[in-house]
Amino acid sequence: MTEQILTQHIIEVVYLIASALFILSLRWMSSPTTARRGVLAGEIGMLLAICGTLLHHDIVDYKWIAAALVLGTIIGIPLGKVAMTAVPQRTALSHAFGALCVTLVGTAEFYLQSPNISKFTMTVLSMEIILGGLTFTGSLMAAGKLQEILPQRPITYKGQNVVTLSVLAVAIGIAGYLVMHPGATYLFPLLIFIPLIFGVMLVVPIGGADMPTVISLLNAYAGLSAAAMGFVLNNKLLIIAGALDGSSGLILSVIMSKAMNRSFTNVVFGAFGQVAAAATGMQEERTVRSATPEEAASILAAANKVVIVPGYGMAVAQAQHKVRELYDALTKKGVEVKFAIHPVAGRMPGHMNVLLAEADIPYDRLIEMDDINGDFPQTDVALIIGANDVTNPAARTDQSSPIFGMPILDVDKSHTVMVIKRSMNPGFAGIDNPLYYDDKTLMLFGDAKAFVGSIVRELTGGSGH
Amino acid sequence: MPSNLVDSLFIFMLAGFIGFEVIKRVSPLLHTPLMSLTNALDAIAVVGAIVLAGEHKSTFATVLGTIAVVAATVNIVGGFIITDRMLKMFKSSSRPAK
Repeated sequence: MTEQILTQHIIEVVYLIASALFILSLRWMSSPTTARRGVLAGEIGMLLAICGTLLHHDIVDYKWIAAALVLGTIIGIPLGKVAMTAVPQRTALSHAFGALCVTLVGTAEFYLQSPNISKFTMTVLSMEIILGGLTFTGSLMAAGKLQEILPQRPITYKGQNVVTLSVLAVAIGIAGYLVMHPGATYLFPLLIFIPLIFGVMLVVPIGGADMPTVISLLNAYAGLSAAAMGFVLNNKLLIIAGALDGSSGLILSVIMSKAMNRSFTNVVFGAFGQVAAAATGMQEERTVRSATPEEAASILAAANKVVIVPGYGMAVAQAQHKVRELYDALTKKGVEVKFAIHPVAGRMPGHMNVLLAEADIPYDRLIEMDDINGDFPQTDVALIIGANDVTNPAARTDQSSPIFGMPILDVDKSHTVMVIKRSMNPGFAGIDNPLYYDDKTLMLFGDAKAFVGSIVRELTGGSGH
Repeated sequence: MPSNLVDSLFIFMLAGFIGFEVIKRVSPLLHTPLMSLTNALDAIAVVGAIVLAGEHKSTFATVLGTIAVVAATVNIVGGFIITDRMLKMFKSSSRPAK
């Protein structure tokens, strides 16, 4: 018996150390110079916690645990090695895995403890199941949309919000009944099933452009469900990790919705794409100026300051490495080159930075929107590659525009604007960009990768590559 | 409310505030690796799943626990690997790594 108590104490101390390591891990993520140390701290904390748990006196059989750890590792390794463009869907998928774990443990705990469950425990257990279930299917839907297995367009129908909210209300009602009557095990399958449906209904109407917010929100839910599980199991390490993950997801959601000038409720219930489609009605013949790679190269070579604005289109065209060559060629000529990163460039928070870092572009050249907007009036050339809405001046001026009020990169304040684009077709969101008709704008029509390649060839003397 | 639940609520609140303060300071540059890291850390739920898979209270609980351990381990292994892969790529121009 005393040995058991001793083991229990050892586990508690190990969990305490792991909690501290987790907090330090996130603390060290504040800067790229210490971030890898942060990962190491997290790994050590995780390893300690798992080893400590294996000492637990209730564990009588290790073979399933061992098999599960091995199988999880076998699946986990390839998921850790996906391409950088696939990181958003990998992240969504991992939210689903996390939620699955939490939901399964919650389900097992209910059947083990029922009907002797206190009201408080049943309340947090219901939260665990509801949040876990909706995060599981919601994340699978998000991953499907990001992987383009599912249509990225928002799928909507009349009265959708009422139906969706009613489904959630039913789940909460069942949870309430179970809190009062924890012996009503026949209701429990519904408590699992309904949130699974709700998760699908929640994400289906959300369009591809809103994915950064959705992923962040699902991240917050995954964290909160884990924290709820910590309450159920009375495990403080779990509560702490869940709270950290939950607050991280919440902060990122707030940053993402601010960057799109939209509220949570608007993202979840707004079905963005529809409004946008309605706004493309006006057809006007306006002239644009276009330029060849040679002309573009000579303008860039004559500039002192160039700001490159990359968007997800650049990643789709796989042009990152050509952009890196352009950066090298211009830097060699003494041109100062910076990259302007809009918070929603890419498909999840910070995604564009990762894509550019992968192409070996130094991170101190990647400047956030708020820090670079002041630089545009002194910028000779702003070169836009695969970005559209985040540069659209209509967001500042045109009250009727669906993106009015969204913070944008003030590229139109630079001396010359160059836009690499396949054609004049409006982008995915279908919003016309007045920037393209501006007198100081030069349209560079073509494939981003090929066009940047041609500019680089001009700059490096026509011979190279 | 039993006192250990009150303790848990205090811990949740404090951890939430620490989370906000610490994560607010993370550079937007690293938001993607931040999310994959918190995802890996969140998979600490594995500790609950391990006990469930090993305690043999019912076959049902063991099966669910085992699947839960698999799911969490996927996140731990995959999450740490991809976070480190991403962070390795971030290089400064003044101090080129390699």
